[in-house]
Amino acid sequence: MKHAELLEQLKLSGFKRALWVYHLNTGGCNGCDIEILAALTPRYDVERFGIKLVGSPRHADVLLVTGTVTRPMYERVKRIYAQTPDPKVVIAIGGCASTSGVFYDSYNVMGPVDNVIPVDVYVPGCPPRPEAIIHGVVKAVVKLERLLEGKEA
Amino acid sequence: MKEVRLEPEEMSEKKLEKTCPTCFEVPIGPIHPALKEGIRFTFWVEGEKIKKVDIRPGFMHRGIEFMGTKRNLVQLIYLAERICGICSVSHPLALVQAVEEAAGIEVPPRAQYIRVIIGELERIHSHLLWAGVAAHELGFDTLLHYVWKVREPVLDLLEDITGNRIDYAIPIYGGVRRDIPPEKYPKLKDALRYYRSLVDDFVNFFLRDPSIEARTRDVGILTREEADVLCAVGPTARASGLRKDVRQDWPYFTYPDLEVKALTPEDMGLEVRGDVYDRIVVRLLEVVQSIQIIERCLEEMPEGEITSVPKVAALLAQLKKAEGEGIGRHEAPRGEVIHYIRLEADKEAPVVWKVKAPTYSNFMPWFPMFEDQEIADIPIVAASIDPCICCMERVYLVRGEREEVVWKEELLRLSREKTKRVASRLARHAPWGRKG
Repeated sequence: MKHAELLEQLKLSGFKRALWVYHLNTGGCNGCDIEILAALTPRYDVERFGIKLVGSPRHADVLLVTGTVTRPMYERVKRIYAQTPDPKVVIAIGGCASTSGVFYDSYNVMGPVDNVIPVDVYVPGCPPRPEAIIHGVVKAVVKLERLLEGKEA
Repeated sequence: MKEVRLEPEEMSEKKLEKTCPTCFEVPIGPIHPALKEGIRFTFWVEGEKIKKVDIRPGFMHRGIEFMGTKRNLVQLIYLAERICGICSVSHPLALVQAVEEAAGIEVPPRAQYIRVIIGELERIHSHLLWAGVAAHELGFDTLLHYVWKVREPVLDLLEDITGNRIDYAIPIYGGVRRDIPPEKYPKLKDALRYYRSLVDDFVNFFLRDPSIEARTRDVGILTREEADVLCAVGPTARASGLRKDVRQDWPYFTYPDLEVKALTPEDMGLEVRGDVYDRIVVRLLEVVQSIQIIERCLEEMPEGEITSVPKVAALLAQLKKAEGEGIGRHEAPRGEVIHYIRLEADKEAPVVWKVKAPTYSNFMPWFPMFEDQEIADIPIVAASIDPCICCMERVYLVRGEREEVVWKEELLRLSREKTKRVASRLARHAPWGRKG
């Protein structure tokens, strides 16, 4: 088997087993962040599906971005996106990440996350419930697998 | 007392090179797995020991006070709620007190009891959240999962009462937006009984565990004097032996009747050392205290109205006419939060809105806490004050492309310059200022 083919298969089987997520707070209020953490802990326990929070964007398949993007975080969000290996999916969690929410008219807010990096899945809510966050991650899995199969998402 | 160095010049690398040639710099943040929010620490370490620390905030600043001056007062509550998602009822509670003082709005007694109940339920959820994060920082992920599992019932309760797990939208000027009907009392009491039954487990897991004790005893010490001088608030101050609590010193709502006392480790028969262990002790004591407060509130809560101005349109009209200023204080889970507001007649938006969050006061105590600690203790010491960065970031200057955070010294310098400027202008124009 060719090396590239093997690699493709490994990637595929890898995604069918586990999805590693990286959580990035770009200037949110912590509401969404604690709901992400609640989704990981025993009541919702997404780790049983192999969804795992990792400490570095270089290990991640999915970026969970919370909060509206503040001016100092603008360049850093771009850098984190560039550090995440392809194929990747970005999930904007909460009203602020999706539309800037209540922080729409500030001098220090650069707008929602899709002003900075491409976003694939939007999870609305202020904050979204853990079930909604899990639903968003499942949509991301579907999209990732389509990307891996070489289809247009 | 240890000398507390705070001046930015002291922190500069040049000065450090002279005093500590073998030090090297370890930057942490703003994006780092040990941090939940963006803040940058720069540590100068010699071997394993931290010699100096510099902290650079500003990454989470959203300009909320500025936005507040463009919205009407009812919209302001929703904005205040989103200053912080963890203490999401503390900020609105302080804000409504400030506006009620400015506009002279009365609050019915039942509404005050409901405010206290929601505030204390939030304290339980916030302290449990902190306990989980602290366990995680120490490397006890089992304990993190256990604590977050037992935290869910209080969120269920809040959802049942207010309609949302976080951001409850419960206070409004003149009262609260939702009543707690008597049918829900048994549910509340069951949940409180459940938390009471867990207290022994918590004491065993957190306070009697030898490895937790080894990691937290005599780590990140803040002495009583330092806490006093640096104006620490909340559990951070109380763990250093300062009996300081807004609910005791400046009682509001129904707290005067409830006779809340500030708790220190002495109340558990322990000697106060001001370390991380003491901060765990204080937070556990406060969970028990909150349970007692809610139980008493449920017994004493009178029947009656839940708001003095039920119609929002009438409320807005009344607020538009109001003129004056007000201050609201609330003991948030992390310490004292203060809101100042100034209203002018015929203006829907406030003219001035100033927020002081507890982490802003607990920021300076970080400096003595970090001194001479090991690098490995950074996460737990940083977490021990229960920092809430998004609450804190209020002052931030953007000048064109340049961005800078205003230090206290810088503010003081600006303020002194302004005084000089104003004084000289006055001296030129005033008759008593002319010489000769």
